[in-house]
Amino acid sequence: MADHYDIAVVGAGPAGGNAALAAAQAGLRVALLDEQPTPGGQVWRDKSASILSAPVTPESRAGAALRKAIETSAVTPLSQIRVWDIRLRDDHWVLQAQRAATSQEITSKSLILATGAREYVQPFPGWTTPGVIGLAGATALFKQSLTLPGKRTVVSGTGPLVFYVASEIRRLGGEVAAVVTPNTRSQWARALPDMLGQPKLLARGALWVADLMLARVPILWGHAVAQVDGAEQVTALKVRNLRTGTDGPDIAADSLCIGHGLIPNIEAAQILGVAVRHDPSLGGWVPDAAPDGATAIKGLYLCGDGCGIRGATAAGLQGSLTGARAARDLGRDAPTSPLARWHKADRFGRAMTALSLPTPALEALTTRDTIICRCESLRCTDIIDEVATGAASTNAVKSGRRAGMGPCGGKYCQSAIATLIAAQTGKSLADVPPPTPRPPLRPVPLGQAAGAFEYDALPISKPAPL
Amino acid sequence: MTHTPTYDIAIIGGGIMGCATALRVAEGGMSAIVLDKDDLGQGASGVNAGTLSLQIKRVKLMPYALRGHHLWEQMGDAVGFAKTGGYTLAFNAREAEMLQERQTLKAQAGAPIEFVSNNALRAAEPHLTQKVEAASFCPEDGYANSSLTGQYYRGRLRDAGIAYREGCKVTDIGHSAGFLLTTTTGQIRASRVLLAAGAWLKPLAALLDVDLPVNARVNTVSVTERIPTLMGSVIGHATGLLTMKQKANGTVLIGGGWQGLGTPQDGRGTVNADAVKPNLALAQYAVPALAKARVTRSWTGFEANVPDFYPLAGALPGVPDAYVLGCVRGGYTIGPYIGQLMGDFILGRDPELPLFDPGRDFTKDTT
Repeated sequence: MADHYDIAVVGAGPAGGNAALAAAQAGLRVALLDEQPTPGGQVWRDKSASILSAPVTPESRAGAALRKAIETSAVTPLSQIRVWDIRLRDDHWVLQAQRAATSQEITSKSLILATGAREYVQPFPGWTTPGVIGLAGATALFKQSLTLPGKRTVVSGTGPLVFYVASEIRRLGGEVAAVVTPNTRSQWARALPDMLGQPKLLARGALWVADLMLARVPILWGHAVAQVDGAEQVTALKVRNLRTGTDGPDIAADSLCIGHGLIPNIEAAQILGVAVRHDPSLGGWVPDAAPDGATAIKGLYLCGDGCGIRGATAAGLQGSLTGARAARDLGRDAPTSPLARWHKADRFGRAMTALSLPTPALEALTTRDTIICRCESLRCTDIIDEVATGAASTNAVKSGRRAGMGPCGGKYCQSAIATLIAAQTGKSLADVPPPTPRPPLRPVPLGQAAGAFEYDALPISKPAPL
Repeated sequence: MTHTPTYDIAIIGGGIMGCATALRVAEGGMSAIVLDKDDLGQGASGVNAGTLSLQIKRVKLMPYALRGHHLWEQMGDAVGFAKTGGYTLAFNAREAEMLQERQTLKAQAGAPIEFVSNNALRAAEPHLTQKVEAASFCPEDGYANSSLTGQYYRGRLRDAGIAYREGCKVTDIGHSAGFLLTTTTGQIRASRVLLAAGAWLKPLAALLDVDLPVNARVNTVSVTERIPTLMGSVIGHATGLLTMKQKANGTVLIGGGWQGLGTPQDGRGTVNADAVKPNLALAQYAVPALAKARVTRSWTGFEANVPDFYPLAGALPGVPDAYVLGCVRGGYTIGPYIGQLMGDFILGRDPELPLFDPGRDFTKDTT
């Protein structure tokens, strides 16, 4: 069964949600697809239906506003749907999707990808111990189910997210043993000029830090978690001063929230042929897209963190610009908004992303025995050995060692692997592109990918020459 | 300016055939360099389904395939070799008739193929569908892991002291008193050249003003996550449109030559869901329990061929000291062996089996 739309938007976060709204306002038939039950994406994630009341936060308010706007608009939200393949067939985009146990095809004239980002954790000894979760993963727990990561938590990582997570844990009644951030206070001071354009966000960040200081939660600037102890569960953590290289006393904790920035989800754009470039201030490899989402490919638009980590504010603005641009390209009237607000948000987002990037000192925490690829249980030394025998690209390391051939498809290990290749071969990260992306975009049960079929109706061609 | 490195032969294309030829000519005393525009073994050599099946080889290529199997067995664990035996299935009367006819000819050509009863099939492969009409078996069949091609040949070239360059695209070939290759990583001189660039042979030969009638097929392969054992041998379909095996790590690899999109000139192929779907349907029809296994990746590889579907292996027409090797149907299986033949030919020795003149008339099946 095929459903046809003017525009299909993949991803219903701030970018995709606003893109869908802008396009629908221009009178287009718009489908908004997302894996979650309701729009909002990761950042404006809705709380679970089983939770009747939850404290209001700026995120929940923004998410509720977006959901309300979509509900009252002409946008067709397609929730809990998993897009596993996208293809241009003749003049239409064809999306293969899986919803509950059925597969369906959705087609559209234009396509907007708002695929968001995933979290990066620089591997270090013990990072795969149960009780260690990502910073962004922790925020998903708070927003959706008000769940805490543990009884006594260390919150560690780069950028602003570490303070948000620590502050939320306290607000929800948990104990924060310490905040450990590789960033120094002077790094933050240097980012200040770029942050002044977003005074509300700046004030919120200051509040998180003030709250933690008032509660006498130790904030270790310029430090990182160097090791997690515990076999079945986190029991303690070793914290290292990144400037002096000295380790402090162990911190007892049953959980660790950790993250080192976000990585754009570029695979869908890459598979569709959008060129990518390396831009550290946008989170690494990003596809080429204009502020209004336009790409070199007709009818294909990108917006939000999926084309560079700039944060929710920039994503929402870019979503609106992109929806309008896509509508104009389909011959509709849609406003051309000035880019000034987006540029301001872009500047703020880049400053935060730059603060979040793993530094060489952080990368040095990856020891030879550290697991790099969780799916295939590959350690750092496996990767180094493969590079030493001449494998000088992510594709070559993947082929030789299966690094990235597991269920995650390399989403969580490729940055660490590229860093190792660059360090060992003396190349710059910009010369170590990610491996060739492969569909499906998400693992899909074979039976659903195949769809219902009659054997006699299969297009069996004549056999190869004898 | 530093002096231009000089070799007895420059081999353009670091797949199985290029590397196997390099090893052979180096054994014969020539200095060789292997050049690849990407990494070694990342083209068809490194992304095919790895099936080593005599049952899907062309009748006239059977002697080459039998020797190829022998070489793969010798390479062993380093290439993930496994001799599992293989079953080829027919699901209706028409396919059964086709299977009977084709496998009989292949058996006559030397492949130890036999027809098996339903009971024998079921005992060996209990997860197969009940709807099998006829089946053939070849104990020589199995697979290797094509992902290891680059790693394997990188090691072999290094051990043999043969130079290679990756990420080195040849953009021009000058020809007077030997060859002067202009590449993205500098110039190289060589007394001879071998074009072994697979699906990229046509634009490469055009640099020497030779038009090779090379087309590319865009073959698709898919793989599942690790699952409990569902099959122990290589499973094929009478038409060749399904090849399937479960690796030691539990993943199931599904191929069969279903066509993706794109051309080598565009730089890359892309998977076409409209072709993957029937490929997966065929796999599920053969082994119904596969329906629940998640597919983690699908990809394509360019397989080169010419109008008569026989190899190009010999002297490049009209260009002295230039050679071409490619377009071998079943190139993964036969590659290591035909590379040796090519090496012998370049060394001026008599190859053990005849080569395939690239200057032949492609309009008739005359090889």
